[in-house]
Amino acid sequence: MTEAVNVDVKLGVNKFYVDEGHPHIILKDNPNIQEYRKLVNACPAGLYKLEQDGSVRFDSAGCLECGTCKFLCGETILEKWEYPRGTFGIEYRYG
Amino acid sequence: MSEEAFDAIVVGAGLAGCVAAYVLAKEGADVLVIERGNYAGSKNMTGGRLYAHSLEKIIPGFAKEAPIERKVTKEKVTFLTDDTGVTLDYHNGRDQSPVQESYTLLRGEFDQWLQGKAEEVGAQFITGIRVDEILTQDGKVIGVKADGDELTAKAVILAEGVNPVLGEQLGMVKPKVSADAMAVGVKELIELPEAVIKDRFNLQDDEGAAWLFAGSPSNGLMGGGFIYTNRTSISLGIVCGLHGIGESDKSVPQMLEDFKNHSLIKPLIEGGKLLEYSGHVVPEAGLNMVPKLVDDGVLITGDAAGFCLNVGYTVRGMDLAIASGEAAAKAVLAARAQQDFSAQGLSSYQSLLEESFLMKDMKLYKQLPAFMETPRIFNQYPKMVADIMHEMFIIDGTPAQPLRKTLLKHCKEVGFMNLIKDGYKGVTSI
Repeated sequence: MTEAVNVDVKLGVNKFYVDEGHPHIILKDNPNIQEYRKLVNACPAGLYKLEQDGSVRFDSAGCLECGTCKFLCGETILEKWEYPRGTFGIEYRYG
Repeated sequence: MSEEAFDAIVVGAGLAGCVAAYVLAKEGADVLVIERGNYAGSKNMTGGRLYAHSLEKIIPGFAKEAPIERKVTKEKVTFLTDDTGVTLDYHNGRDQSPVQESYTLLRGEFDQWLQGKAEEVGAQFITGIRVDEILTQDGKVIGVKADGDELTAKAVILAEGVNPVLGEQLGMVKPKVSADAMAVGVKELIELPEAVIKDRFNLQDDEGAAWLFAGSPSNGLMGGGFIYTNRTSISLGIVCGLHGIGESDKSVPQMLEDFKNHSLIKPLIEGGKLLEYSGHVVPEAGLNMVPKLVDDGVLITGDAAGFCLNVGYTVRGMDLAIASGEAAAKAVLAARAQQDFSAQGLSSYQSLLEESFLMKDMKLYKQLPAFMETPRIFNQYPKMVADIMHEMFIIDGTPAQPLRKTLLKHCKEVGFMNLIKDGYKGVTSI
């Protein structure tokens, strides 16, 4: 076992065009916490965070647009899942 | 239908989309590709290795001009536990024909090259535009709506990737694909000097290595780790089945981090610099998840159609995407000759796929996704093999045991019935 991973640092090397004010993923107001925990584990970008007090924290800005959350939890968690508008979101320079 | 309608609109400039556009334009069809990213490949990633055969048939000798990284001549498969690794290593020094080769590559560059090839023969591309909706009339697909504009076409080819929101909108793809049909992949691209890569992986010239790992990388869940050598970088990642991820005591990004720090892996990437961190969903249910492929005025290709094969020691998606893009294009050309773009007119897509390696291979391995769900493959067997190796190679003064006793002891730990059952199931599903 190694140290706890810091995904934000890894996302920091990526190129993103964030569509400010237009999040392409919106969570439900009171997401099912059991379902949410799956995404804490599964999201490659580590965007689904659980705070110490048990509250949820999510920001779609570092999204890799893979769709894992949509496949895994769908409507139990998500109010909206769509691709970012054209030109926005992750831009792979290498892929 | 208006006269200015395209023969085909292709949604998505990945491999399936670019190949479909290339094949169509080459035959004089009027084709438009719409890509939401700023350039072809900007939303795409691969592990990755391309098996050349399907593209070789469309663009013979493509590897001489395309931005490929390395030609794979070394194949390794490793059973990994937290602190051991047992590896099968195949060095292939044989002369091969181009259709037998496989190449490591990076999609950003490769897809742009393929876009260029399609443009050379007359295909049109617009990038940075997201297709929001498929236009239908009387139940038939007649075009797309993108950025407020309506564009009409005689056929629409959906090459939109593993998350087919438009295919779902049409009801061709079942929207709620169960999690056990899917896996998630994460990759780090790690920069290293060319000479260092050659030294560490024992490579000459443009040779490359492909290396798959089963066991601890996916924390005992279905999946594994991978390394592919590029020219001046290493593609390193893991793939993990989504089924059971809720109960995992490790997150997917943590699995990747632990894999990187494994004592077998760490020296290989020492001193490397992270260039990019990427993620992708892998459709792993094989034939069981293939949607309705053709309907009136529309066809589904590539990842969107679930065309992917994970056989454990080989993982394929890109060669299938290319073949399906070609088949879709040929079906549109046949429909164009008859001026019939109904499901019936486009039905040669299905038969072309059935006749090709694509559906034959998908059918051959149709039992495999269920077999891969056997958790023993990813936790007990790697440990069993490591334990046997440990007893064979460690001499510490303990009186030696006959090899057969050592083998039997470790097989018993897993259970003879399990071994026989899994062995039989494994052999019959590949």
